[in-house]
Parts: sequence; structure tokens; C-alpha cells
Amino acid sequence: MTDPNKKIMKDNTVILHTAALALLPLQLLFSVFLLLRGHDEPGGGFIAGLVGAGAVVLYLFAHGVDATRRIMRFDPRDLLGIGLFLGTVSAFPALLRGEPFLSAQWWIFDLAGTEIKLSTVLVFDIGVYFAVVGTILTVVVSLTEAEE
Amino acid sequence: MLYAVLSGFVVAALVPWLHWLFRSHIGWVLAVLPASLTVYFASMIPAVSGGEIIFQQWAWFPGMDIHLGFTLDGLSLLFALLISFIGTFVMIYAGGYLKGHPALGRFFVVMLSFMASMLGLVLSDNLIALFVFWELTSITSYLLIGFNHDNEDARKCALQGLFVSVIGGFFLLVGMMLLGIYGGTYSIAELLTDSGDWMSAAPVALIIICVLGGTFTKSAQFPFHFWLPNAMAAPTPVSAYLHSATMVKAGVYLMARLNPAFGEEMLWTLALTGFGAVTMFVGAWLSYTHTDAKKVLAYSTVMALGTLTMLIGIGTHYAMIAFSAFLLGHSLYKGALFMIAGAIDHEAGTKDLSRLGGLRKLMPWTAAAALVAALSLAGVPPLFGFIGKELMLEAALSAGPLQALALTLAVVSAMLTAAIAAVIALKPFYGPRLDTPKKPHEAPLSMLAGPVVLAAVSLLFGLVPGLPETMLVTAAVTAVAGVPLDFYLSLWHGFNLPLLLSAVGLSGGALLFFWWDRSREPLRRLMDRLDRFAPETGYFKALDGIVWLCDWQTRLLQNGKMGNYMIVLVMTTVVVVGYTLAAQHGIRFTLDWQDINFYEMAIVALLMVTAVFATTTRSRLGAVATMGVLGFMVALIFILFSAPDLGITQVLVETLTVILLVLVLFRLPGFARYSTLFEIFRDGFVAVSFGLLMTMLVLATLDARMFEPISSYFIEAAYPEALGRNIVNVILVDFRSLDTLGELFVLGIAALGVYSMLKLRAEKLND
Repeated sequence: MTDPNKKIMKDNTVILHTAALALLPLQLLFSVFLLLRGHDEPGGGFIAGLVGAGAVVLYLFAHGVDATRRIMRFDPRDLLGIGLFLGTVSAFPALLRGEPFLSAQWWIFDLAGTEIKLSTVLVFDIGVYFAVVGTILTVVVSLTEAEE
Repeated sequence: MLYAVLSGFVVAALVPWLHWLFRSHIGWVLAVLPASLTVYFASMIPAVSGGEIIFQQWAWFPGMDIHLGFTLDGLSLLFALLISFIGTFVMIYAGGYLKGHPALGRFFVVMLSFMASMLGLVLSDNLIALFVFWELTSITSYLLIGFNHDNEDARKCALQGLFVSVIGGFFLLVGMMLLGIYGGTYSIAELLTDSGDWMSAAPVALIIICVLGGTFTKSAQFPFHFWLPNAMAAPTPVSAYLHSATMVKAGVYLMARLNPAFGEEMLWTLALTGFGAVTMFVGAWLSYTHTDAKKVLAYSTVMALGTLTMLIGIGTHYAMIAFSAFLLGHSLYKGALFMIAGAIDHEAGTKDLSRLGGLRKLMPWTAAAALVAALSLAGVPPLFGFIGKELMLEAALSAGPLQALALTLAVVSAMLTAAIAAVIALKPFYGPRLDTPKKPHEAPLSMLAGPVVLAAVSLLFGLVPGLPETMLVTAAVTAVAGVPLDFYLSLWHGFNLPLLLSAVGLSGGALLFFWWDRSREPLRRLMDRLDRFAPETGYFKALDGIVWLCDWQTRLLQNGKMGNYMIVLVMTTVVVVGYTLAAQHGIRFTLDWQDINFYEMAIVALLMVTAVFATTTRSRLGAVATMGVLGFMVALIFILFSAPDLGITQVLVETLTVILLVLVLFRLPGFARYSTLFEIFRDGFVAVSFGLLMTMLVLATLDARMFEPISSYFIEAAYPEALGRNIVNVILVDFRSLDTLGELFVLGIAALGVYSMLKLRAEKLND
């Protein structure tokens, strides 16, 4: 069914090829930045997940599915699973303290003069991140694979 | 008592490991649990027979008046003891019967879960908790009937049992909710103590019909009796336990439990006596016409269930005593007989009574146990069954308006029962030795223990009737009758009418037994002709009707055209929401043009232009691109009104949507117009009305502030309570995190759906 003239991924787009290589780490780094600052500034797991997924999708368009699968190492469905797992796990510490399911738990401490805020909320947000990345990549990868 | 009930579930969860550890001895190991429960409940006998009612309660859903409250009075104790005592031997028996079966572990998981649910059912004081256990028994019964699920017949029979009892369960739930609403409580004890107060205002007839809908289906009363013989597709230990001794008595239990409240109602009395008597006769008759040992026993169980229902309906003191004695007697001998039938089937390879004979020398213990249990079934002194039957006939004599019916059917059923008892006890073991598929030999110890002990207990209770009387029956009768009664059980009541009727029954039974061989052929032809009128035919007709209805509505609603789905969804929303809006708020709004900046106007103008272009363009790519532009415009609006998070999200989602659309677009055929002019106008109308509705809705919400908006709370509480300054994020991951968690799973399911659809298609293409 494959018609060579009807391929989305052209193999000879040098600019996109090179740009995607450089942009991927930057975009991923940016997505992590958005994720971590999300509780106080614009950002958060959902937005960061979209940015992260966008980074990989760009790479996928430039280099194709196989190359993308190689650099991802994880199957996107596993990322989805990790996300759901983290989201669910973050709900339980509250029960141990006798609070209602999903109540946020915070551990705030000083590390060399910097205030570090750890919480179940952060775990939950990371779960959101992975779930979003996993969902989008699952859909995009299977669509592209169906194409080939 | 909570632990007594829950222990079954806990051990059930451990079975896979226990099975791995003990292998073929698993039956003996698991029998320890019901055995210790028997001891536990037996230790309560002195207190309960002394008139005490033990009550323990744990809050479950306290806000909804649903508690795990367990009551132990005479009736519950009788049932709890039967469940755990017979359960002990059934576990041992099943270990032998299913020895080496690959799914033995699964079998015991369900079996123990059933036992725990059944205990919960008879001990629960709360109606809702009782209902939960009730349905659990239906589900475990379904799993057990369909245990050999690679057999299509077993699956069908399992489903039939499930359908019948679950539909009944639905009625029961309605009845229970009505009881709760009018009685003001879900506690059975409280409902029974002040039944006079609430019943005057309640729709008692409706409640009774709903409750009976549940109990009649569960206890296989006519015309719902057909599922029980079909349930014999289950392995024999299941038939012995669920479908004779315990589960099918749940309906009888509930009727007995509620009898103190409804006992005075005419409808209750007539329905129970009438249906009970008919069920008793139909069961006995069908039992006589069959030759498959398990079917014979199943129909005779139907007969017994009918008898019990009739006795509750008659409602006199004698009937209550007869009820308790008959219940006890039946569970003992019927459990034993089923296990014997299973043993014969297991050792000889057939359970067709017309093909068995002369096994007495080969299976002496089984033969002896069968003889004792069958004598109890026939109601021959000095077995306990005789006492039960004697009392039953005595009660039928006082059956009020239905006396003639009840008495005639009782005597005829007694004859038929005596005949089948003789068939079961004598046919396989005496007479000429007939060829069987397997070379028969005595059953192993695990399969003998149950029948022998249960038969021995039948004999013991018959010889010393004072024993069950003081321990169990008196307290049970008190619970069913609602008031304490004075009586004593004995074998000898003097020369009276019941004794005469008993003798008539036995001699009639003897005659019928001698005709048994000769009557097979004509009976079979008669039953074939009657088949058309059997209630089961109605069941199949109803099933066909449901399938037809589903066909019809699927063709109507699920026709696979995206456009139609959209029209239905959108127009339903427009009509329902539009009506509500017009009725509640009216079509009015205030427009304020003052605050609008020119750049906002510009964005809106652009939005409108792109929207028009998107709907009229003839290029698919163009439409997708303009949809993207629309999205970015909306994002711009978010940013202008200082909602950066929403803006960013919108931009990202738009980008990814365009990418996805491009990927999909690639697979679509060329663009062409398929719609007729009418369809274009119809779709246009739908779209415009939806757009109008949404606009009106937004304007109306601006106008009508019925509540203080919650956003101010979020703004205030975000930092102090959730330690975050980004309110959107705080709402997503803290305040409303349960919603987000739900959304995550929705995302996951959607992704897996897309994945499996694409992969499935790819596989099909490859084939």
C-alpha cells in the first residue's frame, strides 16, 4: 500500500534533520524545566508533557520511527504505564497519615541554603507528564507505523 | 463474626499458594476452615438456644445507613451451621472428586468465596449488606456452574442461572429500598420490631411482590424452577453444596426472615402457600420423569424448596416447626445424596439411573449411605426426614383457604418422592449387574466421608429428636414465628391423620416405584409434548426478544456513521440544554460594548473569517490548517486575558492536533462532495443552532451569578493550603487531583484504543 511519492517523512531534508538533533535535548530539557516549576509559575505536568511529546514527534518526523524507537529505549506504552503508576502511587501516602486519599503530603527542608520542596504533588505531576507523553507518542508512533 | 465471614474471602485469596503447597491434599487442608467455623458457631449454640440474640456491628458506609451488622439468632445459626458443617465435607469431597483437575485452585477460590458470601447473607442484619452478599452468591454460583467453561452447555446453563437470579435480584433490590424508605431503616431487626408502625403507610403489596421476585427466582419456585436442574452442569460438589443445601435456600431464608413482618398479609400467605404447593408438586413430578441421577435430585430439591415456601406461607405454629425440621432434614439427606450420585458417576462413569444396577457388592459403603439418606428423603421412620414430613402433613391440614390444594399436592408429592427415593437407593445398587462405562469400585475416603457422616446424622437426629430440638430447632422456630413457641419433636405422634397420610404416601410410592421401569417410555413422550408449555420455553422466547431488540436499536443508533452520531449528540444537547436555559433563565442578556479593545475586535473578526473559510474550503489540508489558525486565535485570547497556562496548553494542543490530523489526512481518499443539498442544509442547521446555544449559554452565565464563583476560593487558598502560586496547576494536581487521575486513565484508555485499532487493522492487511 505504500506509495513512495506519498511519504510524509522525506529522507533528504538536511535542515530539519540537523535541527531536530539539536532541538530534541533542548526541548526535553525545557519540558523538565516547565514540569518542575509548574507549581508556582506557568507550566506543570500537562504542559511539560505536551512539550516533551512535541520534541520527540519533531525528531520522529525528521528521522523516522525506527530511529526514534532507538533513542527512546522505552515503548511509549510503557511510559503511559509509568505515568498511571506514579499518579496512582502518589495517592497513598496520605492514607498512611490517616488523611483522605490523595491529600498532598509535603517534605520541605534546606539543602545547602536552598529550600527544597518535595511532595506527593510533584510525584503526581511527574505521573501526569509521563502519561501525556506516553499517550501522544503511542498514538503518533502507531499512526506512523501503520503508514509504513 | 466479621472475621468468621471474612476468613472465607481471605483464605480464598491464599488458595493459589496453598494449592501449590499441598497439591492433591488441598481439599483436606481447606476443610479446616469450615470445620473451625462449625466449631465456632456450635460454641454459640448454648447462648442462642437460651433465647439470646447476638448482634455485632461495624460501620461500612455510615453516611448511608449501611453497616456490616451481623445477627445470630436461631434461624441464622441453623443456616450458618449447615453452611459450615456441610461445607467441611464438600471441601473434602471436592478434593477427591476433582483430583488432578488443572483448575482445582480456581475451583476452591470460588467455592470459598461462595461460602463466605453465603455466611454473610444469612448473618447480615442490614438489608443492603445482605443484598451485596446475595448477589455475590449469584456470581459465584455462575462461575461454579460454568466451571467447565470449555463446554458450551455449561456456559449456557451458567448464564441462564445468572440471568434468572440477577433479574430477581433487581426486584429484590427495589423491594429492599422500598422497605428502607418506608421503614426508615435498613436494619432487619428494627424493621421487624416496629413493623406495625410503618406498614400502615407503606405500599405493602408492591414490596411483597418485589421481595418475592427475588426470593422465588433464587429459590427456584415455579415458574422459575427451570434454571436449577440446568445448574447441574456444575461439578457434583457444587450441586451438593450450592444447589441443594445452601444457596437455593437463600430465598427461603429471606422469606422466613421477613415472615414476622408480612405473616399477617393475605397476599403473602396466599402467594407463598399457592406457589409453594405448585412448586412442590411440579418438582416431585419432574423428578419422577427423569433418569439422570443429578436431575432427579435437582427436581426433588425443587420439590423441597416448594415445600419450605408453602410452610412459611401457611404460617401456623405447626408450619413453623415443620419448616425448621424439614429444612434441617433436607439439607442433611440431600447433601449426602448428591455426593453419592457424584461418587457413582465418578466410579462407574454414568449417572443414568436406568443404566445402573448391582453395585452393592462393589460399593458397600456408598450403598449403605445411599439407603439411609434415601429413607430420610422418603420419610421413613426412624430417620429425621420422617419427623419433617409428618410435621409438614400436619401443617398442610391447617393451610387455611388453600387447604384442599396444599393437602392434595402434599400427599401426591409424598408418593412421588417416596418413589424416587426408592429408585435412587435401590436401582444402582441392587438387581442385576448392568454394564457401565468404567469398572466401578468403592469411592475413596475423601468422597465417602461426606455421605456417610451426613447420613449418620440424619439417623442420629431421627433416633434422638431431642438433640436437634434443643440445640437448633426451637430457637429457629422462635425467629421465624416472631414469638417463642413450646413444642417437642418426636417420632411417634400417636395414630392420627398425618400418620395415615404418611402411610398412603409410602404405599403409593412403592407402587410408583414398581412402575418406574415400565413408565419411562410413555412418560418421555408425554413430557416431549408438554415441552411447548414449559416456562423454560418462555425464557428462551424472552432471550430471543432481547436479542431482537438489541439488533433493532443497534441498527438505529449505532449505524457507524460519524455524522449521524454527531447530529444525535449535538441536537440532544441543543434541545435539552436549550429548553432548560429558556425555562430557567429566559432568552435575555446584557451586552456591554464599552470595554472592548480594537485588537480584541480584530481577533474576533479573524476568528470569524477563518471559521467561514474552514467550512467552505474544498481542500482538506486547507481546512486542517484553518482549524489550527482558529486554535491559535483562541490561545491568543487566553493570553490577552492573562491566562498563560491555558494559552500555552492551547498552543501545544493545537500543534499536536494539526500533526495528528496531517498523519490521518494522509490516509484519506481524495476530497469529493458526497452530501446532497438537503444534507448540507441539515448539517448547517445543526451547527448553527449549537453555536447559538453555546453563545447564549456563555452570555447567560455572565448575567446570572447564582453562587459566589469558586475561583476566589482557589486564589486565596492556593498558596496557604497547597503551597503553590500557579493556581491552574494547583487545581489540577491538588484541589481536584482525583479528577486529573481519572483523566489520566481516560488518556491511557484512548491511547490503547487507538493503538489496538491500528494494530488490528495492520494485522488484517497482512493476512
